[in-house]
Amino acid sequence: MTAQTKISTAFDPAAARADFEILSKQIYGKPLVYLDSGASAQKPRQVLDAMRDFASSDYANVHRGVHYLSAKATDAYEAARRTVQKFLNAAHEDEIVFTKGGTEAINLVAYSHLAPHIQPGDEIVLTVMEHHSNIVPWHFLRERQGAVLKWVDVRDDGSLDIEALDAAIGPKTKLVAVTHISNVLGTTTPLKEIAARAHAKGVPVLADGCQGAVHEIVDVRDLDVDFYVLTGHKLYGPTGIGALYGKRALLKKMRPFNGGGEMIREVTRDVVTYADPPARFEAGTPPIIESVGLAAALDYMNSFDRLAVKAHEHDLLAYARECVRQFNWLRVIGDAPGKASILSFEADGMHAHDLATILDREGVAVRAGHHCAQPLMERFGVASTTRASFALYNTRSEVDVLIEALAKARKILS
Amino acid sequence: MDDSLRELYQEVILDHSKHPRHFGKLEGATNTAQGHNPLCGDRVTVQLLVDKDDRITDIKFEGKGCAISQASASLMTDMIAGRTVAEAEKLMGGFLNLVKGEEVEGLDEDDRESLDVMAGVSAFPMRVKCATLAWHTMKSALEGGETAKPE
Repeated sequence: MTAQTKISTAFDPAAARADFEILSKQIYGKPLVYLDSGASAQKPRQVLDAMRDFASSDYANVHRGVHYLSAKATDAYEAARRTVQKFLNAAHEDEIVFTKGGTEAINLVAYSHLAPHIQPGDEIVLTVMEHHSNIVPWHFLRERQGAVLKWVDVRDDGSLDIEALDAAIGPKTKLVAVTHISNVLGTTTPLKEIAARAHAKGVPVLADGCQGAVHEIVDVRDLDVDFYVLTGHKLYGPTGIGALYGKRALLKKMRPFNGGGEMIREVTRDVVTYADPPARFEAGTPPIIESVGLAAALDYMNSFDRLAVKAHEHDLLAYARECVRQFNWLRVIGDAPGKASILSFEADGMHAHDLATILDREGVAVRAGHHCAQPLMERFGVASTTRASFALYNTRSEVDVLIEALAKARKILS
Repeated sequence: MDDSLRELYQEVILDHSKHPRHFGKLEGATNTAQGHNPLCGDRVTVQLLVDKDDRITDIKFEGKGCAISQASASLMTDMIAGRTVAEAEKLMGGFLNLVKGEEVEGLDEDDRESLDVMAGVSAFPMRVKCATLAWHTMKSALEGGETAKPE
């Protein structure tokens, strides 16, 4: 045994930056500092090339034609499904349903899994830090079928109290819908523990992994969640595609979502029978080119030591967190231990939109607003926050630009 | 500093936003409406007292928002108090044109000059809705509406 510790140098953000052409852009004559990857990540040339190459040499509709190109496209589409399967370490490829994004995936579960079994008074447990996409589909069930939404609060530092969540799961609970990583607070939830607690009471768990799949290495079998949702465009992939992981036994029992081509076994004038999952949930021509882009994005992420990437993102967050301490007019919202690289804050006497406008003129792109998480804004008593989210291509010197721009904004607005 | 930024956040604007005129509740208001900008969650309430000759004898606003929306609301209440409904609507038309960077016609010199402090908004298309929220809410109140959107 040697006592030598190897410092991981496996990830070089400067080299990764070179893959993102847009990052060399100038905004109002200033170098772009893109800190809005939490809303949507930029795309590396590997993704753009893969989509272009596929569309210009192998493209046709999938699962339909018997011709050469249709076979090639079908192979590419199904290969993309296997890439997602491996990315999440799902047991079977038919547990991966392609959707147009995270929102559609959650709506699919609400409609196909939950709605048929909801009786008035049945409960859905969710946390106050959910994105609207993991709130509104459950509100539909409240409005239409009398479901009751049971909200689990977060602590003041933004962390989730597992005991509070456990206590909210009762005999009438039909689903726990919880984010893996909060898009505002950066809080990472203990999904494995949540699933264990819920399963002990016979309740399935849906995890919104739109942020989680970006920053964490996800193993759905280890986490043992029943549904896991991801979206392509936050994973350095294209818009228009996402995926739902669902345990095979659950997907098999679920009714179809959209009706149309591709999702049927047989259609007559009188009856229709449905295909098995995942085709049952993929009516119509799917996002074929986007599936190739998504697979290329996941391959791209896996081309790095993902633990090293995670360490890099954590370093940026820790550095930024430390730097903003000099501003006594700035309040960080969300300081949960082990949180992901998302920094939300409120500034005294400065509205998030004014701040973001000034930062923008410095080339710094941040998100300002309620981040589609209004219950969380209410929880922390703010109308909006400013959010800087750090991705694999960001650097410490970009954090420095952010800090300088914040100081400048303070000067202008006070 | 960026010139357009300097124009957007000029002294007058910041002063209006930090010390808004006509801020608060209006007792005995005849017209009230609430405005909501779903983009940022900002809300504003505009209350007016309109007499039988269609004159706005008093106006107040309440709400929280960015410097642009607060300054715009404050400036609006300053300019509209004492005007007739028709005049208020004409001012609004001019204001909307101004912040969208379009030609402003039919306003007298003084009004044009007063509104001009908001002209910088036109260089920030994403912020036009912040500037127009209070005005749309005022119009909605005059029309007896309940909730206005900044459109």
